[in-house]
Amino acid sequence: MEMLNIKINGQDYQVPKGSTILEAARTNNIHIPTLCYLKGINEVGACRMCLCEIKGGRALVAACVYPCNEGMEVFTNTPLVRETRRAVLDLILSNHNRECTTCERSGVCELQQVSEDMGIKEMRFPAQKKEEFTIDEVSPSVVRDGSKCILCGRCVAVCKDVQGLGAMGPTSRGFNKSIDPAFGMSLAESNCINCGQCIVNCPVGALKEKDDTDKVWAALADPTKHVVVHSAPSVRAGLGEPFGMPVGSLVAGKLAASLRRLGFDKVFDTNFAADVCIMEEGTELIGRVTKGGVLPLITSCSPGWVKYAEMYYPDLLAHVSSCKSPQGMMGSILKYHYAKQAGIDVKDIFVVSIMPCTAKKYEVSRPELAVNGIPDNDVSITTRELARMIKQAGIDFTSLPDEEFDTYYGDYTGAATIFGATGGVMEAAARTAVEVITGKEAATIDYEGVRGIEGVKTAEVKAGDLTLKVMVAHGGANIRTVMDKLRAGELKDVHFIELMACPGGCVNGGGQPIVNAQDKMFRDIRVERAAALYKEDKDVLKLRKSHENPSVQRLYKEFLGEPNSHTAHEYLHTKYSAKPKISK
Amino acid sequence: MKKSYQEILEIGKKTLDKIGLRDGLEAKTECKTQIMVCGGTGCHSQSSNVLIDKLRAELKANKLDKQVEVFQTGCFGLCQKGPIVVIYPEGTFYSHVKPEDFKDIVETHIIGGKIVDRLVLDEIKADPNDGLNKLQFYKKQNRNALGLCGKIDPENIDEYIAFDGYKALYKAITEMSQDDVVKEMLDSGLRGRGGAGFPTGMKWKFARMAQNEKKFVVCNADEGDPGAFMDRSVIEGAPHVVIEGMAIAAKAIGADEGYVYVRAEYPIAVKRLMIAIDEAREYGLLGKDIMGTGFNFDLHVRLGAGAFVCGEETALLNSVEGKRGEPRPRPPFPANEGLFKKPTIINNVETLANVPKIILNGAAWFAGMGTEDSKGTKVFAVGGKIENTGLVEIPMGTTLREIIYDIAGGIPNGKKFKACQTGGPSGGCIPAQNLDTPIDFGSLAKIGSMMGSGGMIILDEDNCMVDVARFFMDFIVDESCGKCSPCRIGTKRMLEILNKICDGKGEDGDIEKLEEIAKAIKAGSLCALGQTAANPVLSTIKYFRDEYEAHIYDKKCPAGVCKNLIGYTINKDKCKGCSLCAKKCPVDAISGQIKSPYTIDQSKCIKCGLCYDSCKFAAIERK
Amino acid sequence: MADFVSIKNLEPLKQIIAKHKDEPGCAMPILQETQGAYGYLPIELQKEIAEALGVSLSEIYGIVTFYTQFTTVQKGKNRIGVCLGTACYVRGSQKILDRIERELNIKVGDNTGDMKFALAATRCLGACGLAPVMMINDDVYGDLSPDKIPDILAKY
Repeated sequence: MEMLNIKINGQDYQVPKGSTILEAARTNNIHIPTLCYLKGINEVGACRMCLCEIKGGRALVAACVYPCNEGMEVFTNTPLVRETRRAVLDLILSNHNRECTTCERSGVCELQQVSEDMGIKEMRFPAQKKEEFTIDEVSPSVVRDGSKCILCGRCVAVCKDVQGLGAMGPTSRGFNKSIDPAFGMSLAESNCINCGQCIVNCPVGALKEKDDTDKVWAALADPTKHVVVHSAPSVRAGLGEPFGMPVGSLVAGKLAASLRRLGFDKVFDTNFAADVCIMEEGTELIGRVTKGGVLPLITSCSPGWVKYAEMYYPDLLAHVSSCKSPQGMMGSILKYHYAKQAGIDVKDIFVVSIMPCTAKKYEVSRPELAVNGIPDNDVSITTRELARMIKQAGIDFTSLPDEEFDTYYGDYTGAATIFGATGGVMEAAARTAVEVITGKEAATIDYEGVRGIEGVKTAEVKAGDLTLKVMVAHGGANIRTVMDKLRAGELKDVHFIELMACPGGCVNGGGQPIVNAQDKMFRDIRVERAAALYKEDKDVLKLRKSHENPSVQRLYKEFLGEPNSHTAHEYLHTKYSAKPKISK
Repeated sequence: MKKSYQEILEIGKKTLDKIGLRDGLEAKTECKTQIMVCGGTGCHSQSSNVLIDKLRAELKANKLDKQVEVFQTGCFGLCQKGPIVVIYPEGTFYSHVKPEDFKDIVETHIIGGKIVDRLVLDEIKADPNDGLNKLQFYKKQNRNALGLCGKIDPENIDEYIAFDGYKALYKAITEMSQDDVVKEMLDSGLRGRGGAGFPTGMKWKFARMAQNEKKFVVCNADEGDPGAFMDRSVIEGAPHVVIEGMAIAAKAIGADEGYVYVRAEYPIAVKRLMIAIDEAREYGLLGKDIMGTGFNFDLHVRLGAGAFVCGEETALLNSVEGKRGEPRPRPPFPANEGLFKKPTIINNVETLANVPKIILNGAAWFAGMGTEDSKGTKVFAVGGKIENTGLVEIPMGTTLREIIYDIAGGIPNGKKFKACQTGGPSGGCIPAQNLDTPIDFGSLAKIGSMMGSGGMIILDEDNCMVDVARFFMDFIVDESCGKCSPCRIGTKRMLEILNKICDGKGEDGDIEKLEEIAKAIKAGSLCALGQTAANPVLSTIKYFRDEYEAHIYDKKCPAGVCKNLIGYTINKDKCKGCSLCAKKCPVDAISGQIKSPYTIDQSKCIKCGLCYDSCKFAAIERK
Repeated sequence: MADFVSIKNLEPLKQIIAKHKDEPGCAMPILQETQGAYGYLPIELQKEIAEALGVSLSEIYGIVTFYTQFTTVQKGKNRIGVCLGTACYVRGSQKILDRIERELNIKVGDNTGDMKFALAATRCLGACGLAPVMMINDDVYGDLSPDKIPDILAKY
């Protein structure tokens, strides 16, 4: 790699050619504040917090976008730099709703952090008049509060460039500029897929999940309700973070323990349904391959992707698996099998799901995920909301013992737990499909080709004489690449496609704990959280194939019969239909 | 039909035979008299087009239409006296010509051979011929970029060709290498006329050096500075000069495609530009294999849609790309990564208008005019409280005083000069003590203003400097794109403080706060619009701090502009009871008996000042 | 005044899109011509444009709301534009604007209740020699004073 010699604050450094000043400085542990910068996604030089001086330069430059040159001398801490950054920050704060004590992001707010670092003690340039904002809380998933927005543009870049949507964007200009969906509509009326990627990339509290914890507290306090909970694979790879544990900590045991201490009557695991999902989807795949159904088959676990398909690819909905998502399957199984087993009336059982996902909140409300008008799940909360509940309950999460999930519906295999990482569903399906097709134990069950964070992955899975061609994509823009190819008839030889709306899959879902942009500059949280799941698969769990889960086998025996049976269809499958992009 | 260079030369020669009489040449066709009617926006809006139709009809009725022809031209510059008509070969200069004057022009001037006295300005009453050389307004000017404005019919390519049009392009293509052209521009010392004054040759050099198959030339005709209209006038008056300048630029950098980005508020300019492009394509002066040389270049026109910031080059590029006109961080500079990510040069209209002449006459000719720091001539649009509003082109180094007093005729109505605002919303207000500053890029910057695109607004004693600062800040708040925080929020906070001061609610410390925010906006903003946004405020604080202090501490507006700080009363001793003020008052706040003193009901008064302006006895007092 | 196409008739829009679709950066000319044809850019038209260009509605809306010449609502029949360029401002165009606001009883940016007039403050029209200046539709009125306003408005 070609290196450049530069000086920062008088010290010599060697940095790779092509580095920005920000990259050069942070790599060498020199702190430069940023607000709008989001590595690889939003590098626009808009917030002006990262201003630096260059020797011989005419004006201050934005470190986040300014490239290093050979021999360049940069100053990150001159009086002019400090004063200008401070005044710019003062101005940003003058236009920010500073009610920190009632803000969800208090303590994990990038603006708060920068203000503290810069020693802001007073408002030098107060606004003459408070601007009026209405909070958009129509969407079941995402709440927008313009009074806190600092117009950094990170949500817009993520929504448009990473997710390929552009549900909201900059409107108007100058001081009146705001980030909104078109025509003043709510996100709920826009082409938003509820993925929540805007939330996890917002530096402040302008975007947050719709808080449903009150509903959970109310249910827990209601003596007539039998409240059961199930939590998705990725929750165990993220929940440690709000409690100060490193990114990538595997906290399955503490998760179970904390849920029990919150007072849930039964603590189950969505992973159980993930194993069921493999049985159903795997069977559907084998059926389509052997009997000549519509191929490629596409997964339907990700509710963000499902809405994407309904809005953008209604002509291709026949490719989408009829399987409900694991959340949906789990709710249905709990309400119609567990309840019966436990002798509880379906009316009295209250199912709570803990999801790394804000779109799951939307999914819960969908009529397609209900049986006879009764929703499969009653409320879905995110990993972040669960963390808040744990804190509110005074539970010291880090000192909790590791406990097991409750039996049968809390039993799961490694195949299920890797659902949280991109490629995980594909790998899990492959482990089962190969053995079902060949009737023999497979030599290897680690499918490295579908792992990792490459946007679109292609692999081949050998099952005896049959070679299955599979694809995996994550993040809306990559989904579009794949789906546009499918529409163009270029994927005729592909059998199975896994699509996840969030980049990296569910581990990086919109409901996961928020990691600030500065930390994300040098670490890929998608990889680190996924590693926790692969670790559980490989090192913790004894069983690694869904069809070997004895509790799943028991479920088929006692309730469903065969995979894809009539009963399975009644409870575990659904059908989706076209939706307009804009409902206004 | 596509033309060879030889054919172009022949067209030029043939056309010159007819129209050369405007240039003092002998008329070689039967048309011996030519009536030039200004068709610039200012004159056009006073129905100069109707005048043309009527003149033509009248000439035809008198069977004179072969010997006498009427031409619509671009702007003569002296907009204040428009519509302007110049009749050749004598060069008779008529001003304020209304459509109904057509008969007199034909009957008295053309047929009768006499001057129509009432259409002659006092200054040249004695001899109105050769007015363009005699009028004080023109004497000190050196019309280069504007050279053909008023001289040719902008909608006829042949007239442009007659005056050496497209010769420079042919020379650049056939006799010069790309580096020769770049060197010529570098040597000329031409600096961008759009605002920042970056050396044009340097821009071209960078784009020339950029390695890419595809490059673009963009003409910035998004003249947004309020009060500046030289770019519009160049396009309206001689659109081909811009096309030729762009084609030469294309040759220099190796581009084959260009865009002209024009304000949509300039319908006449757009129309003439479109006509010119069609004409040039027809003659093969745009398109493939221009004049048989193998050189290719073609143009598109894009209209602005009302955003001042699009005058900033990177914002303009985004707008051409069909996006919001928000500026991009630089680097990468457009010369390396511009339109559609290809190397691009962006030059303003006036800059490009200088190019063909530099190529034809040589760099030394251009560099011979102006000052060390700033070569050549510069066009200014002088407006506001000035006798002769209009376009003025002077060699760099001319002083403000010369422009204001010698050329533009000074301040009307015996009022006192207060300040000269240059550089539009990015510039500053220059007080009387700096009137002898020579105009060049460096000198104007030194006194807290800037050249900008050449807007020059004269303010007199009746203008409140705080109000003027507020006006510009209001403009900037409206026009800020909103991308970067200091400009987006800082300008708003400054405007709030200025509003407060103008409303009489200013407090101790407000001036310092304005300065603090201004400093942050200047040092912290992303683009030049933001970096210069505070200039009008800073320069007025610097030179007119006493006015700010009068507003803040004495709660007085010395110029009597800020409504909350003034009141109108009628001086009983002076009032004759004529009732004129009561009639003028839009809110019936003034009442009284005829021939006895009137009074103003302060609860109704909206302080519009109409009574003050209308009273013939100076009986209305403003405090 | 030009007659505008009803937004129920999408045929002209389709023609405009077809004409420009393959030009790079075609959003601006399409929006400009569409507004020229329909008089404004309501959601129905913007949806069509977004779909045709393969971009989100919010992106089109972001462009439309950035540039002041675009409007998402219908404007009054006679469009008054009072120049607030510097030359006009220092010669009192604010007073002209104030007077029109009072005469029509509307604020800048609004339409009169009968949709007869739309009032806007415009940027420099470049007729600085006539300052203060206003335009009503394509007619330019120069050298204005507030008391000339009622007579001028009465012509429409």
